[in-house]
Amino acid sequence: MDPFKRLTGTVAPLEALNVDTDQIIPKQFLKRIERTGYGDVLFYDWRYLADGKTPDPAFEMNAPRYQGASILLAKDNFGCGSSREHAPWALHDYGIRVILAPSFADIFYNNCFNNGMLPVVLPAGEVEALFGEVRAAEGYALTVDLEALTITKPGGAALSFTLHPFLRERLLNGWDQIGLTLLHEEKITAYEAARARSPR
Amino acid sequence: MPKNIYQKIWEAHVVHTPEDQDSILYIDRHYVHEVTSPQAFEGLRLAGRRVRRPGLTFATMDHNIPTTDRSIPIADALSRAQVETLKRNCAEFGVACFDMFDRRNGVVHIIGPELGLTLPGMTIVCGDSHTSTHGALGALAHGIGTSEVEHVLATQTLLQKPSKTMEVRVEGKVGPGVTAKDIILAVIGRIGTAGGTGYVIEYTGEAIRALSMEGRMTVCNMTIEAGARAGLISPDQTTVEYLKGREYLPKDTPWEELAAGWLSWASDPGCAYDTTVVLRAADIEPQVTWGTSPGMVTGVNGRTPVLAELADANTRLAAEKALQYMDLGEGMPLTAVRINKMFIGSCTNGRIEDLREAAKVVKGHKKADSVEQALVVPGSQAVKDQAEAEGLDAVFKAAGFEWREAGCSMCLAMNDDRLSPGDRCASTSNRNFEGRQGKGGRTHLVSPAMAAAAAVAGHFVDVRSWEYKD
Repeated sequence: MDPFKRLTGTVAPLEALNVDTDQIIPKQFLKRIERTGYGDVLFYDWRYLADGKTPDPAFEMNAPRYQGASILLAKDNFGCGSSREHAPWALHDYGIRVILAPSFADIFYNNCFNNGMLPVVLPAGEVEALFGEVRAAEGYALTVDLEALTITKPGGAALSFTLHPFLRERLLNGWDQIGLTLLHEEKITAYEAARARSPR
Repeated sequence: MPKNIYQKIWEAHVVHTPEDQDSILYIDRHYVHEVTSPQAFEGLRLAGRRVRRPGLTFATMDHNIPTTDRSIPIADALSRAQVETLKRNCAEFGVACFDMFDRRNGVVHIIGPELGLTLPGMTIVCGDSHTSTHGALGALAHGIGTSEVEHVLATQTLLQKPSKTMEVRVEGKVGPGVTAKDIILAVIGRIGTAGGTGYVIEYTGEAIRALSMEGRMTVCNMTIEAGARAGLISPDQTTVEYLKGREYLPKDTPWEELAAGWLSWASDPGCAYDTTVVLRAADIEPQVTWGTSPGMVTGVNGRTPVLAELADANTRLAAEKALQYMDLGEGMPLTAVRINKMFIGSCTNGRIEDLREAAKVVKGHKKADSVEQALVVPGSQAVKDQAEAEGLDAVFKAAGFEWREAGCSMCLAMNDDRLSPGDRCASTSNRNFEGRQGKGGRTHLVSPAMAAAAAVAGHFVDVRSWEYKD
C-alpha cells in the first residue's frame, strides 16, 4: 500500500445524506474479480444519464470545475450499507484520496485505511462552511497534512482534526496489515494451543 | 464485576494487544462468498500466503446465482466467472465450498445457523455487512471488507478496537401481527441509520426473549442498518433448543456440556452498557418504509412526511429527495400506496417461519391483477425443501406467486431478478436504497406477512385486520 503523508488537491462536493455504498458503486459492477478499474462507474446511477455513458449535467461532481478532484466533501453517515470494498476502490480509482464528512459508516471507514485513503471526520459546521467555500471559488484546493493533522485552506487558515494514532501510523507508513499481524504469529499459535487445551 | 456478552466474547478472543495498536482478535468462524472474496484469495496468492485455518472457513455462493433452472449454465459471463473463481479458490486453498448444487447451499447468513456452524460465544466475520445476523445466537459477528477477508484468511485474526455497547431493550409484548421485522424497523426508525455507529448492540427485554431464533436473526440482521456493526442476543433455552441436532455441532463434547458452555456467554445480571434505549413493544405497529433509507419508516397506518414539519434542514433535504425518488406525495397515507412487484426472501426474511407467515396470509387468495410479479425465494436449499414438504410452494403458486431456487436474488439484484425503472415493490429485504433492487426501482421494506398482504390487495394494508381463509 502507498503511504499517505500530505496532499494538496481540489475539492468536489457531494450534497447528500447517508450516501450508501450501493450509490458509490452499484451491484452490477461487483462481478469482476480485480481490485482496479472501477473509477468509471463511481456514482454510476447518479453520474450518467439513462444511456449509462453521457454524464448527467445535474450531478454536481460532473461540472468541469470539479474534474480532477482528489478530495471529496460529503455529508453525514457517508458509506453506509454494504461492506463492499469496491466502494473505496472506485473512489480511489477515480482519484479521490481524502474524504471530509461529519460522520462515516463504520465498515467503509475501515476499508478506506486498507486502501491508502484518508477519511476525515470534521464538525458539521465546518463541513457546511466548506460546502459554501468550495462552491464560491472555482479551483478551491485544500492541503491535508496527516503528520500535522491539519487541513489548510486557500487563505492559509487551518483546521485541525484527530485520528486514532494507530490508523495514522498505518497510513503514514503504508503498512500492510497482514505483515503487521504476522509479526505476532507465535502469539496466535499459542492462543490456538491454549484454546485446544480448554475449549469453552 | 458483572459483564455483558460483548465484553465476555471480546476478552476471550483477544490474542494480543501490541503497544499503541489495535487488538489482534481471534476469529472462530469465517464465511466466504463469491463477490467479496476473489481479490482476497488473489492477494494471498501474490504474497505466497496460505489460509491459516481452512477448517474454520466455509464458502457458499449466493449473491450471483440464478433462482431459475440451474441445469442451464449461468448466462452472465461475469457472474459465471465469479462463481467458478470461488470454486477454484476454495479447491486451491482447501476451503469447504457449498456450490449451488450442494444441499447445504444457501444465503450465507441463512446456512451458518442452519448447519450449526454459528454457535454462541464465537467471533464470526464475513465480507458481507449482514453478518450481524449470526449475533442472534449470541455470537459476535460482523461484516468486513475484502482486505480484511484476506487478513482473516492469512492470520485467522482481525485487528480491532473495542466497541462501545448499547442495550436496546424492547419491553412488554408485541401485539398480534407484529413481527421481528417490525421490531427492528421500529428500532431503526427510533435511533436512526447512524444511531448505532461505533456501538455493538445487545437486544434485551421481554419482546426479544419471546422471539423465536429465526425472529432474532431478523432483528440482528438489520442491526447494520442502524449503523452498528454487530447486534447480539444473549443465548437462552430458545438458542439451545434451536441448535439441537444441527449438522456441524462439535461431536466430541457431551450435549449438556455444550449447552452449559453456550449459556455461560449470556450477559450477567446487573451488567452495564455505555448507553440504553428503551422501546415499548405495545407501541410498535406493522412497519412500512416510505423513503430511500431504512430509517425512513413509519407504521402502516402512518403517512409520508410533510416537509414543512421537518425542523432539520438536512433531514428535510433528504426526505424531499427520497419522496421525489419514490414518487410519493407529502402526507400520503401508506395504505394508499399501490405496488406492482413483491419480493419475499433474503437473509432478513428468507427462513421457513417467514415463508409460513406469508403463506398463511396468501392461502385461498390470489395476487392482485395489478401486481405483475410476486417472487418467493427461499433463503437456502434446506428452507426450500422444508417449505415444499409442508406444501407452502403450492399455496404460493395457487395464488399466482413465483416459487424459485434459493439465493440472494432481488434483495440486491445481482442476478437476473430485479426491478425495472418505475417499479414499486413490497420487499422483505433489508435495504430500500435508490436502485438497490434495480435501477429506478422503488422499494418498501415490510415483514413477510405485510408483503404477502400487499401482493394480494395491490396496496399496503394493515395485516392485523387481514381476512384469513384457512
